[in-house]
Amino acid sequence: MTTTSPQTMYEKLWQNHLVEDAKGETPLLYVDRHLIHEVTSPQAFASLRFHNRPVRHPERTIATMDHNISTRSIKIDAAGEGAANQLRALAINCKDFGIELFDMGHKNQGIAHVIGPELGLTLPGTIIVCGDSHTATHGAFGALAFGIGTSEVEHVFATQTLRQNKAKTMKIEVKGHVGAGISAKDIILAIIGKTGSAGATGYVVEYCGEAIEALSMEERMTVCNMSIEFGAKAGLIAPDQTTFDYVEGKEYAPKSDVFTQAVVDWKNLKSDADATFDAVITLIAKDIKAQVTWGTNPGQVISVDGIVPSPEDFSDPVEKESCINALKYMDLTAGTKMTDIQVNKVFIGSCTNSRIEDLRAAAGVVQQYQGQQVVKGVDAIIVPGSYRVKEQAESEGLDKIFTDAGFEWRLPGCSMCLGMNDDVLEEGDRCASTSNRNFEGRQGRGSRTHLVSPEMAAAAAITGHFVDLNSQ
Amino acid sequence: MEKFNTHTGLVVPLDIANVDTDQIIPKQFLQKTERVGFGVHLFHDSRYLDHAGTQVNPDFVINKPEYKGASILLAGENFGCGSSREHAPWALLEYGFKVIIASSFADIFYGNCINVGLLPIKLSEAEIEQLFKISADTQLTLKVDLPNNLITCGELSFNFSLNEFQQYSLENGVDSVGWTLDKLDTIKAFEAKMPAWQ
Repeated sequence: MTTTSPQTMYEKLWQNHLVEDAKGETPLLYVDRHLIHEVTSPQAFASLRFHNRPVRHPERTIATMDHNISTRSIKIDAAGEGAANQLRALAINCKDFGIELFDMGHKNQGIAHVIGPELGLTLPGTIIVCGDSHTATHGAFGALAFGIGTSEVEHVFATQTLRQNKAKTMKIEVKGHVGAGISAKDIILAIIGKTGSAGATGYVVEYCGEAIEALSMEERMTVCNMSIEFGAKAGLIAPDQTTFDYVEGKEYAPKSDVFTQAVVDWKNLKSDADATFDAVITLIAKDIKAQVTWGTNPGQVISVDGIVPSPEDFSDPVEKESCINALKYMDLTAGTKMTDIQVNKVFIGSCTNSRIEDLRAAAGVVQQYQGQQVVKGVDAIIVPGSYRVKEQAESEGLDKIFTDAGFEWRLPGCSMCLGMNDDVLEEGDRCASTSNRNFEGRQGRGSRTHLVSPEMAAAAAITGHFVDLNSQ
Repeated sequence: MEKFNTHTGLVVPLDIANVDTDQIIPKQFLQKTERVGFGVHLFHDSRYLDHAGTQVNPDFVINKPEYKGASILLAGENFGCGSSREHAPWALLEYGFKVIIASSFADIFYGNCINVGLLPIKLSEAEIEQLFKISADTQLTLKVDLPNNLITCGELSFNFSLNEFQQYSLENGVDSVGWTLDKLDTIKAFEAKMPAWQ
């Protein structure tokens, strides 16, 4: 009889996927699901062709078009010739290597990290990879999910495995319950504000505590999505009844007896009660307020009722220097009330916040303003994360709430989150964005991004500035 | 992948923390289906004054004449954070960098560097600070000896370490896919034991 020492969820997932741990080699892990898109896959396919190697398990890979595409037209060349070349290449590669592709106009098309969960491709207890750093999103299901580079995409194609060094473990507990009007986006931004933008480099984090357990699956995805924004390799949330209820009946999810057995296995995934973590961080949920970033990395974030910080507020010389540079780039003055910052662009979308619950939350805020329009001088776009999200929103009349108030209702895609398509900010634009990165130039050279929740973005569109919705 | 043994080169100091992969290679240059053509766009928004990339920014450290031909990038902490784009190490390599030295790297970027044959070296914050100080006053040339995990410059020397297999892969230019395909039987045995739902 063997006794096993208490394990974290990460260690269980690792153990369950360890194909080989040979001496002198990096451990080899099995990959259950591989999501691909047009930008980070073409060179991997080219290398397979060069070596005359097949995709070992094409049925374990799913392709979608998301990064490059236009949100105004489903035409493949609508976002320029470079984009069209990559999209055409993806279609050819998928055909040649036998991979299922959700292309433009397909009912399953959308952002990889939106369609994986909604189609039941994302399952607890699996390893999921994609050539995109926001793959951590799928950790919301208790899947070990992380972004990979193109050489690794090729490795997964050819072998269905990946070599990975074992990460350290970090537990992030959010105790108690958040106040009314506080979203999952506020929780994760508050966590990143506490740890700093590299606070979890080298770690896989597990989110837990009452505030996390109380979240819906879509809210959990928003939390896990931004794990990479404080350096974590992946983010995990223990699967529970909320998870199983979400997965059951989804198109690609296991059915009947197989599903029943899966749930039995999935219930064993949670960290053992006495498992130890390399680091532990605790937040008190009721202290978390609505968050807005003021700087050029997601760790430069503050409550909406706060003021723009001053370099003098930071004792660490690197943080001080980063603050000076960020204020200059963002054209902000220390001491300015966050609610006085005026925006001229609003983007609601991205793999962080483009699911149906996000759109409902944003529409709810628009309705609170009782017929008020998007304020003059502001352009606001709503980009659903997938074709299915778009259909659902339209069936609920959300599109009409938005368009009646002066928002543009677009087609699904990554859109302005990274601006690889025709949704790009101009130099000097200031945007309230529900996306995940406020890096310099991320949404367009010289543009300024403030990361916020869908509720805050909707309020900013109507009023032209950030709003402390909870003090009204 | 080319084998990496020793490399001697000029250091260019980029003393900025949290340089993300969007800065290393902005998204508008990712629309290629080949691995080449990225070096000219490396650090585009800092390197050029205009969007088209026709006016070189003389104040950006990499553009300064004294760092022309530099092949070792001395960088700030958390270098390569953000997007998983392998285009970032491709761009660095194509520009002419062989080695990146920093006190810390983002995880995905670090792995991508190894996979393309660009050597990422972690040194302590104190060592990095020392190197920044020296390179501010004088042109610093370093010899990087991978087999002996040693950086030297005259009297100065620094030790560094890499994961055993990553070191082996870089030194021998290992085809990582071919290496794993040699273990196909082990992978198949693993697959045979997987539960039905997986």
